[in-house]
Amino acid sequence: MDLNRLERIDEYRWQIPVDGPMNVPGVIFGDQEQILQMDDKVYEQLRNVTLLPGLVGPVYAMPDAHWGYGFPIGGVAAFDAEADGVVSAGGVGFDISCGVRTLHTKLTTAQLEPVKSELADALYADIPVGVGSEGAIRLSNAQMDAMLCGGARWAVEQGYGVSEDLDRTEERGCIADAKPEAVSDRAKKRQRREMGTLGSGNHYLEIQRVAEVFDVAIAAAYGLTADDIVVSIHCGSRGLGHQIGTDYLREMALAAGEFGLELPDRELACAPILSTLGQRYLGAMRAGMNCALANRQIITHLTRQAFERLLPDARLTMLYDVSHNICKVERHVIEGEEKELYVHRKGATRAFGPGSPDLEPGLRSVGQPVLIGGSMGTGSYVLAGTVESETAALSSACHGAGRSMSRRQARRQFHGRQIVDGLADRGIVIRSPSSRGVAEEAPLAYKDVNRVVDIAERAHLSRKVARLEPVVCIKG
Amino acid sequence: MQNPSWSHIEHDADIGLRARAPSRESLFEAMGEALTAVVTDPASVRLERQLDIHCEAPDDALLLVDWLNALIYEMATRRMIFGSWRVKFDGHKLDARVEGETVDRARHRPVVEIKGATYTALSVEQDSSGNWQAQCVVDV
Repeated sequence: MDLNRLERIDEYRWQIPVDGPMNVPGVIFGDQEQILQMDDKVYEQLRNVTLLPGLVGPVYAMPDAHWGYGFPIGGVAAFDAEADGVVSAGGVGFDISCGVRTLHTKLTTAQLEPVKSELADALYADIPVGVGSEGAIRLSNAQMDAMLCGGARWAVEQGYGVSEDLDRTEERGCIADAKPEAVSDRAKKRQRREMGTLGSGNHYLEIQRVAEVFDVAIAAAYGLTADDIVVSIHCGSRGLGHQIGTDYLREMALAAGEFGLELPDRELACAPILSTLGQRYLGAMRAGMNCALANRQIITHLTRQAFERLLPDARLTMLYDVSHNICKVERHVIEGEEKELYVHRKGATRAFGPGSPDLEPGLRSVGQPVLIGGSMGTGSYVLAGTVESETAALSSACHGAGRSMSRRQARRQFHGRQIVDGLADRGIVIRSPSSRGVAEEAPLAYKDVNRVVDIAERAHLSRKVARLEPVVCIKG
Repeated sequence: MQNPSWSHIEHDADIGLRARAPSRESLFEAMGEALTAVVTDPASVRLERQLDIHCEAPDDALLLVDWLNALIYEMATRRMIFGSWRVKFDGHKLDARVEGETVDRARHRPVVEIKGATYTALSVEQDSSGNWQAQCVVDV
């Protein structure tokens, strides 16, 4: 990215100053080297977001930002409904409520090691993964609507988990005001065979080892100690969410003129929050969020069953579940005044700091766990939300490493078999139906997650708690 | 006039499809082939089943997104992969017959499922020599 177009705020924040039609400035997080390496498309897309009406405060790009569609991946923007603010289907994206759930296992590496290959096989057999895979659960129309209203709470009521799981799930596992009637029949049909499926691409289920603890006090509050084994699940709302995105992007793109909206990019398709279309989308998107929460809950259940067979001493309990492709109504203090805002996070994680009333009592003193997925080889992080993140970026943090290489480049440069063998030499077991898929997800196709979280910490977006190293990776 | 061709273009997170063709019909057919190539080698697809697809949109660019999204929907709900595309237009109405088969995970080794076609870097254009070209980024 061309630094000449940015104003440096401090060592880790760079501003796109307001000019011409921009309504607010843009702020990009990163050190100079990261900004130089960042695609110019991030600048272009973030600047496009600043042109939308009803924005409150700057729009932000997290340190893992890269070229997305409409919003950059890693983009955060908040809108005020009373100031003609909009909700954007493009700002949420196709994979509504894609997120990460991390579970404790109460096991250590030594207990896992003798059975890790067998456990990898069991998880790979039990959890539908990759193109063409199908879940065992079939929902009637009424059951589908109940799932879309109830989310993970519905899944627990059906026997896929325990009520304690909900205490550690964002919104206690159920997003209010979902409207199944705003979800098309096509979207529901697309979901019919996909409940409890992991998907493909960058989605995964990993067994991970706590390799390093940075903040012992917060780690203790989260129940993490070095050498613990945890499980992380990264997936979203599956076909239902993809079709909701498809349906509403089209409808919003076509209706933009009626609302007097001049879209700098059709992918920023949006509608006024208070319009009928805006409200319908919010209802459908919330149904998509519940679908994602239910899906991760069902996968949790399948994971527990596989562990139970091979490691009966394991106890899989929730660390946390948080999404990173969402639009949520949140209250934030802007220039001393508390406001209700529609916060879009596209490839960015909510990161509430200590004291947030939205956190359950066990987390309120230390802040929300922020779950950062890395790549197969480089590991993941557990971060904690900070008080400072509220003013820095509306309590938001990065969501992953972010790609540094296109899929096309990756498959030209790497071979799936070599990657699987190379990781096996390091004790990491990979199970995936697609060799080319593994090549496209090669560790070196991603940015250095260590640098991304370092910057997130130095910029006060979140605090490092623990680093997780992959042991087993089930990849779509 | 050139023969229809397609390629995948660089995009940080997702995959860009690009095609060139002597007609709008063959352009949309080539984009259909480029879409299949995201998932598997189009040449590996057997033509065992066929279905008809109909779309209508106010302009060519939106019509291209609708066409790709219709293919993505059929791939997802029928668990199919396509290897033949025959497209006809009546203005901005598209009628197509596509052929393919149910995904065979062992033979196709499908790489990734496609979530949707985006409006990012989207274009459908005819140049001064009469050739058509298009591009579209799909989310995977």
